[in-house]
Amino acid sequence: MSTAVNQAMVEKYKGNFLKEVTENVEEGNWVKMCMQCGVCSGSCPLGPHWDHPPQEIFMMIRANKREEVLSSTSMWMCTSCYNCIARCPRGLPITHIMHGLAHYSKRIGLKPKNQPTEKFGQMFWDNLTKKGRVNELKLGLGLYFKDGFAEGVKVAMSKQKLGMNMMKAKRMSPMEMLGGHGVSDLAGFHAMLKKAEELEAARVGENTDKK
Amino acid sequence: MTAVVATNQTIIVVGGGISGMTAALEAAETGKQVILLEKRPYLGGRVTQLYKYFPKMCHPTCGQEINQRRIKMNKNLTVITQAEVSNISGGKGDYTVSVTLTPRYVNSNCTACGDCAKAATTEFDDEFNYNLGKRKGVYLPNAMAFPQQYVIDARLIGTPEADAAKAACKYGAIDLDEKEETIELKAGAVVFATGWKPYDANKIQPYGYDRFANVINNVEFERLMDPHGPTGGKLLRPSDGKEAKNIAFIQCAGSRDRNYLKHCSRFCCMASLKQTQYVTEKYGTDGKSTIYYIDIRSIDRFEDFYRNVQADPSVSFIKSKVAKVEQDKDGNPVLHGVNTEGYHRYANTHDLVVLATGMEPSVDFKGLPIKIAVNEEGFIEHDEANGGIFAAGVAADAMDVNRAVQHATAAALRAVQVVNQVAGA
Repeated sequence: MSTAVNQAMVEKYKGNFLKEVTENVEEGNWVKMCMQCGVCSGSCPLGPHWDHPPQEIFMMIRANKREEVLSSTSMWMCTSCYNCIARCPRGLPITHIMHGLAHYSKRIGLKPKNQPTEKFGQMFWDNLTKKGRVNELKLGLGLYFKDGFAEGVKVAMSKQKLGMNMMKAKRMSPMEMLGGHGVSDLAGFHAMLKKAEELEAARVGENTDKK
Repeated sequence: MTAVVATNQTIIVVGGGISGMTAALEAAETGKQVILLEKRPYLGGRVTQLYKYFPKMCHPTCGQEINQRRIKMNKNLTVITQAEVSNISGGKGDYTVSVTLTPRYVNSNCTACGDCAKAATTEFDDEFNYNLGKRKGVYLPNAMAFPQQYVIDARLIGTPEADAAKAACKYGAIDLDEKEETIELKAGAVVFATGWKPYDANKIQPYGYDRFANVINNVEFERLMDPHGPTGGKLLRPSDGKEAKNIAFIQCAGSRDRNYLKHCSRFCCMASLKQTQYVTEKYGTDGKSTIYYIDIRSIDRFEDFYRNVQADPSVSFIKSKVAKVEQDKDGNPVLHGVNTEGYHRYANTHDLVVLATGMEPSVDFKGLPIKIAVNEEGFIEHDEANGGIFAAGVAADAMDVNRAVQHATAAALRAVQVVNQVAGA
């Protein structure tokens, strides 16, 4: 599905990536407001570790570097510290644009491979939607074992003390392994999610159908 | 002092800076009766605190002298210093303006001989130097002060020092019994030429103006260059008094920013370009100026000035809004950011940082007792509903000296039209 959506988008926006971002990415309509002052890039604590800092991403969007932007690791590196939003002289919600871009790149299947933030995001979502509450035990273990069994045992052993303390402080229960707690109206919660998914799919479909 | 004649054919100009002096003189020279009110003890406003003007790089004292001469020659113009408007009522062609006069304690017998100041010892922060230096409690505000009369700081009144100053005066010019008074003046039209204040750089948290001694603003930098200034005209940095040779200028410090001032202050690009030439004037090729900018707005004919500065080998330009300023262990400011030409991350050390802070109106016009149109930035909008009240210079918008003078001349013409209507009625 994702590659099909990607093809449809390429067809629809033929070389106008800014328009594609404006119409499809959450808060993407702000991108055109960037005046390239560079204060966000300079303020980003993870700046030196990105492929492209935010203001460079915004320029690349305008320069139609579609593949490069959507497959870059940049927006996945955002830690939501909000330094950029606080300092942006034009009031761009940069953090939200970064998350919007990340989400969009995932939706159309251009996300970078083996991106840990993306992996964790998916894991968190799957965990949360199952019961309507986060199962911390399963989530933690899932995270430990994401890079294989041997690596998982190693990490789990090193975090043993933290785990024990959390149990003592009643922040985590070993009983969570057996199903775990959830919201009272689980069926209602799932119905709500299903409805949201339908609405989102309709919105995306509508956007890709219009030519 | 109180014998000021004012009718509804009088024009009152509030503020005696370059705009106010221009508006008052232009109106008075057409034969109208004009009263010029100034809050400070001298005329000239912030222009007197500049070292040089752009683009001609001449000293403001020159233009100041011409205006002072025009004032002295004009019998239609009454200048009242240390006067603040406390109330204003009425309408077009018939205003009543209440003016509070704070005492100078020195009358016009003063010859500016300076004997009174010799008798004084206590020192206060010198406002004229943006508190970078000290002045005595009995003082001449600046070398070119007009009127050329000493002032006694109100904080000295009642002390033996004030009595000593009085005793030292050979001309009977000191009157320690002067009291604050409020007078009422009639006017047909009122021109607000109340000017500006530098944006409070303490609010720009990432630049550390409040924390680092070697981060100053552009108006303070002007005072360092002045031979009469706190450093005797040397570019000494505040932390250790060492000569600053490697100076950074940060543009749009508080301007064009939704967090601070939304508007472009229009003069700061040219002011910083001008100030790089101060550095070159002092040190030649030994000096180094770096301008950090979003874009340089050297509008219309100032483009030449910009080109000349670009050709100066000791000036470099970095296209970047600086993200933050830190301080190293020697007290040197370190600038962090990304040069958007090539996306190069930098951490540049300088001796001194000058923030090109912008302009905001010095008066809260929304708080006036009479309603006038004020825009989002706090400047006076030109509006029919303002009646006989007009703005001149920076009371209307951020602008440089030459535009302020043009604007003030226009304001004078508008005020003249109002009093002409009154006279014709």
